[in-house]
Amino acid sequence: MHRETLKALSAQLAARKLSSVEVTTHFLDRIERAQSVLNAFITVDREKSLAQAKAADARLAKGDAAPLTGIPVAHKDLFCAKGWRTTAGSKILSNFIAPYDAHVIEQFDRAGAVLLGKANMDEFAMGSSCENSAYGCVRNPWDTNAVPGGSSGGSAAAVAARLAPAATATDTGGSIRQPASFTGVSGLRPTYGRVSRYGMVAFASSLDQGGCIAKTAEDLAMVLDVMASYDERDSTCLDHPKDDYVGSLGRGVKGLRIGLPKEYFTKDVARDVIDPILAAVEQYKKLGATVVDVSLPNQKLSVPVYYVIAPAEASSNLSRFDGVRYGHRAEKYSDLMDLYQKSRAEGFGAEAKRRIMIGTYVLSHGYYDAYYLQAQKIRRLIARDFIEAFKQCDVIMGPAAPTVAYDLGAKVTDPVQMYLDDLYTIPINLAGLPGMSIPCGFGNKGRPVGLQIVGNYFDEARMLAVAHAFQQATDWHEKEPPSPLGEGRGEGR
Amino acid sequence: MLSLQDVQRIARLARLELSGAEAEAMREQMNAILAMVDQMSAVDTQGVEPMSHPQDVTQRLRDDVVTEPDRRDDFLALAPQAEDGLYLVPKVID
Amino acid sequence: MRADWEVVIGLETHAQLTTASKIFSGASTAFGAPPNTQASAVDIALPGTLPVLNKGAVERAIRFGLAVGGTIAQRCVFARKNYFYPDLPKGYQISQYEQPVVAGGTLSFLLDGAVKTVRLTRAHLEEDAGKLLHEAVPGSSGVDLNRAGTPLLEIVTEPDMRSAAEAVAYAKALHALVRWIGICDGNMQEGSFRCDANVSVRKPGGALGTRCEIKNLNSFRFLEKAIEYEIRRQVEVIEDGGKIVQETRLYDPDRDETRSMRSKEDAHDYRYFPDPDLLPLAIDRAWIDRVGGAMTALPDALRGRYISQLGLSLYDAMLLTESREKAAFFDEVMKADVQAKIAANWVNGEVSALLNDAGLEFDRSPVSGGQLSRILQLIADGTLSGKGAKEVLREVARGDSATGDVDEIVASKNLKQISDGGAIEAAVDQVMAANPKLVEDYRSGKEKAFNALVGQVMKATQGKANPAQVNAALKKKLG
Repeated sequence: MHRETLKALSAQLAARKLSSVEVTTHFLDRIERAQSVLNAFITVDREKSLAQAKAADARLAKGDAAPLTGIPVAHKDLFCAKGWRTTAGSKILSNFIAPYDAHVIEQFDRAGAVLLGKANMDEFAMGSSCENSAYGCVRNPWDTNAVPGGSSGGSAAAVAARLAPAATATDTGGSIRQPASFTGVSGLRPTYGRVSRYGMVAFASSLDQGGCIAKTAEDLAMVLDVMASYDERDSTCLDHPKDDYVGSLGRGVKGLRIGLPKEYFTKDVARDVIDPILAAVEQYKKLGATVVDVSLPNQKLSVPVYYVIAPAEASSNLSRFDGVRYGHRAEKYSDLMDLYQKSRAEGFGAEAKRRIMIGTYVLSHGYYDAYYLQAQKIRRLIARDFIEAFKQCDVIMGPAAPTVAYDLGAKVTDPVQMYLDDLYTIPINLAGLPGMSIPCGFGNKGRPVGLQIVGNYFDEARMLAVAHAFQQATDWHEKEPPSPLGEGRGEGR
Repeated sequence: MLSLQDVQRIARLARLELSGAEAEAMREQMNAILAMVDQMSAVDTQGVEPMSHPQDVTQRLRDDVVTEPDRRDDFLALAPQAEDGLYLVPKVID
Repeated sequence: MRADWEVVIGLETHAQLTTASKIFSGASTAFGAPPNTQASAVDIALPGTLPVLNKGAVERAIRFGLAVGGTIAQRCVFARKNYFYPDLPKGYQISQYEQPVVAGGTLSFLLDGAVKTVRLTRAHLEEDAGKLLHEAVPGSSGVDLNRAGTPLLEIVTEPDMRSAAEAVAYAKALHALVRWIGICDGNMQEGSFRCDANVSVRKPGGALGTRCEIKNLNSFRFLEKAIEYEIRRQVEVIEDGGKIVQETRLYDPDRDETRSMRSKEDAHDYRYFPDPDLLPLAIDRAWIDRVGGAMTALPDALRGRYISQLGLSLYDAMLLTESREKAAFFDEVMKADVQAKIAANWVNGEVSALLNDAGLEFDRSPVSGGQLSRILQLIADGTLSGKGAKEVLREVARGDSATGDVDEIVASKNLKQISDGGAIEAAVDQVMAANPKLVEDYRSGKEKAFNALVGQVMKATQGKANPAQVNAALKKKLG
C-alpha cells in the first residue's frame, strides 16, 4: 500500500476499497518500525492521527470527500498544529504544544487529510544535512551513512522510505529541493507568497516558503492545490488566482524552451551529478523541448548575500525565544539578563547560535550599510538576472546540489563549505521564484541525483506539467530505497 | 576580523551566554563566514534599489475590527512561570 | 546664572490612537481589562504569528499629517527596532525608522500672549509595549501584555522650544489637537498621551549642547518640573567644570529630580531593519482626500474664518481654538445675532473661568452656547447690565431652572436692568435729597463726589439701574 502514489490512494479511498484508518495505521506502523533507523519524525501521536482518520472515513462515507480526504500527510515540525508539540527541531521549543493551527494545517484539515506526524528537521530550518536537529540527525534511506539533506530532511526521508505518501516542507535556501534531490523524491517550493507563512515558525521571513514533497509531480499538484490559498493573516501572502495544477499536468513539453545557465554547469558540480542532469535534458529534447543557453552572472554572489540576509532576519525572528512566555527557560539564573542569556544559550544549537551572532553583527551599528543594505542591493541584481533569463526561456534547469548526499559528519566542522553547497538553490529564494527537484538518476555510491526545475513567478502549473512529462517518460521517481524496516531491499533500482 | 571582545559584545546584544571556549570557536567561524561574505564589497551597486521583498507589492490593510477572543488561560499554560494572570520574570529595576 | 544660558528643548510625544483593535492584530485596545486577556497570539509573539496592519491606525496618522500641514508619505516602511525586554514579546518593536508616515508640519500656540510656532520633524506609527507590574507578585515582576501592540503615533519636534513653559504650552496644544481630530483620547492618567523631552543648554548662539532625554512624562506638571530640574542640573554640571553625558533619564516626581537610567544603557544598538513580514505601505492621493474630506474643520481653518469673517484678533482666535469643544461652543453662540468680539470675550473670559472653577471642559458646559447668546442679546438691548449678565450666567449654570430659559430666569430672579427714565429720575432725586453733602461737594468742583452719587443710586436700585441712564440723569439734575 505504501508504494502507491497519493493519487492512487485517493482513488481507493474514494472507491471505499480502503479506509483512512487502514491507510493511516499502515503508515504509522511503518514510521514506528523505521524510526530507530531513520529518525525521520520528532513527534507521532497515533491516537490523534487515528481520530482524524475516523473523521475522514465518516466524511468519505457521506460522500462529501475532497481528493485528500483520508490521506495521511507528514508535516515538517515547523508548522504549528493545535494540540501538537511543535519544536522547529529546537530544544528551546521542546515543551511547546502549539495552541493554534498554521494556515497550511487548516487547509489540510479542511481537505480532510490526516496529520500523520511531525517530521524531523534542522533546527529552525537552518541547515542542509539535518544534522542540526536537537532530536538527532535523520538518515538517508538510500544509505544510512549519508545525510538526507536539509533542512526538510525528515519530510524527504519519510517520503523516500515510503513512511508517508506526502509531506509538507519549507524552503528558505533550498530546504525542499536539496533533500528531495538527496533522497530521490519530488519536491516543490512554490513562488514566495503562494503559500501562507502564518503558523510556520519563521526562519528568514523574506525567503521562507512552505511547499511539499511527494513521490510524483502529480501528487505534488494535488498537495499544492490544498496548500496554495490566500490568507489575509500573512501580509506577504499574495492574492493571486490559483491555477488548475492537476488539470494542467498533461500540457506536455512540446515547444518548451529550457534555459541552461552556464553558471550551473561548471566544474564545481560533480560529474556524477552533471551526467544524469544532461541526460534528463536530452530526454526533454526527445519530448519536444528546445534548449537555450542563458546566463545568471550574479549567481555566484548569492551565497554571501544569503548568509547576510537570512541570518539578519533570523537573529530578529528568534528573539522571541526568551524563556518568558513559552519554551525553554534555564533552571537557574541570577537576574533577567542571566535568564535570557542562559535560556537562549541552552535552548539553541550551534548553527542557530552562529546565525544569530552573524545576523546580530551585520545589523549592528556601523555595519548595516556594508552588509545588510549591500546584500539587499545585490539581491536585486540576482533577481534581475532571472527576469532577463526568463525572456528567453520558459523554465531553467540545473542541479539542486553540486554533489550527491554526503556522509554524516562530513561537513559539520566546516560551516562555510556547507553554505557554499547552497549555491544552486539559494538564488531562487533570493528572487522569490518557484523551484522543484525531481529524481533523474543516481551518482556515486548509488545515491540519488535530482533535476532542479526553476519556473517564472506563479508558474507552478507549468513546472508541474514539465516534471510530469518527464515522469511519464521515465521511471526514476519509482525507484525505491532499501526498506528501512529490515525486511530486505525494496524494489531496488 | 572580530576579536574575542567583539564576539562577547555581540553575544551580549543577542542575549547568548558563551563560555570562553565557545567564544573562541565562534570567533573563528564568524571570521570565516565574514571573509566569505566580504566578496560583496567589490560589487558596484550604485543606483541599485535595495530589495526587501521578492515581489514589488504593497501592504494590505486590515479593517479596524476586534476579532480576537480572550485566550489567556491557553496561552499562560505555555509559560515557564505565571501567576495571577501575569507572566513572571525576575524582579526588574528600571 | 540662568541668564547667560540658552535652553534647547525638543519633544517626542507618544499619542495612543483611538482604534478599536491593535495596530497589527485583532485584539481589543480597551483600557483596564484584566491582565493578558487582550493579548492575542500575535501580541504575545507565538512562533509563526505575523502582523497585519490596521487601516484605522493609518487613517489617524493621515488625519494628523493633514492637521499639522505635514507631508504624508506616498510610500513608507515599517522597521524592526531590536532589543530585549519582558514587555516586548517579539524582542523587537515594529516602528518606522527611515521612512515615516508623516514628515514636517508645524504646530502654533500662544505663549505669554504671543503666537509661537514649533516645527515638527516627523510623526510615525509604531506599536506600544506591554507593562511590567512590580508589586503584583512578591520577588518577581509580572508582565501584562494587554497594551502590547496598541497603536501609537510618535510625534517628534525640532529642538525649537526655549523654556519649560514653552514645552508645556506646545504639549497642551498638541494634546488639544490630537483630541480635536479624534485620533487620541488624550487620557494622560491611562498613558494615552506621554512625552519624552530632549533637553540641552548652550551659550546663546553657540553650538548645540549635549542632550539628555527624559522619558515617560505623563502629566504637564511633571513635564514642566522635570525640564526645569534638568536645566538646573545641566547648568550646574557645566558651571562646575563637568560635562553632560548623553543619556536617558527618568523623572522621579516624589523627589522632583531626574536620574540616569543606566539599566538600559547597553541596549542602544537597536539594529533597525525593514520588517520583512510587512510590505511597504502605499498611501495614494485619493485616500488622503477621502480622509481629509471626512474631517471636521481644523483649528487653522477656524482661526482664519474668525479673523477674516468675524474680525477677531489672532489672539482671540487662538484662544477660541484651544480646543475643539471650545470652538464648537463659540460657533454655537455665533449662530444667534451677537457681536463676535463680545461673544469671544465672554467665551474666553467668563465662561472659561466658570468651567475652570468647576473643572469642566466646554463639551460639558452647564451653560449652552444658545443660552450665552441670549444673555449677550439681553446686554445689547439694555435688558441686562454687565453685572446682571454675570449673575444670569451663574444662575443658568446653577441649573435650578427647569426650562433653562434665560428670559424666564431674568424675570424670576428679578435681574432685569432698570431702564425706565421715570424710575431712574425718582431714584436720583431720592439720593440727592438724602446726600446734600455729596451734592455740594460736586458742585464745588469735587469730581469724585459724582461717582459716589452714582454708587448710591445703584445701591438704591439693587444694582439694576442702567448705569448710562443714571449718569445722564445725575448730570442733568446736578446742572
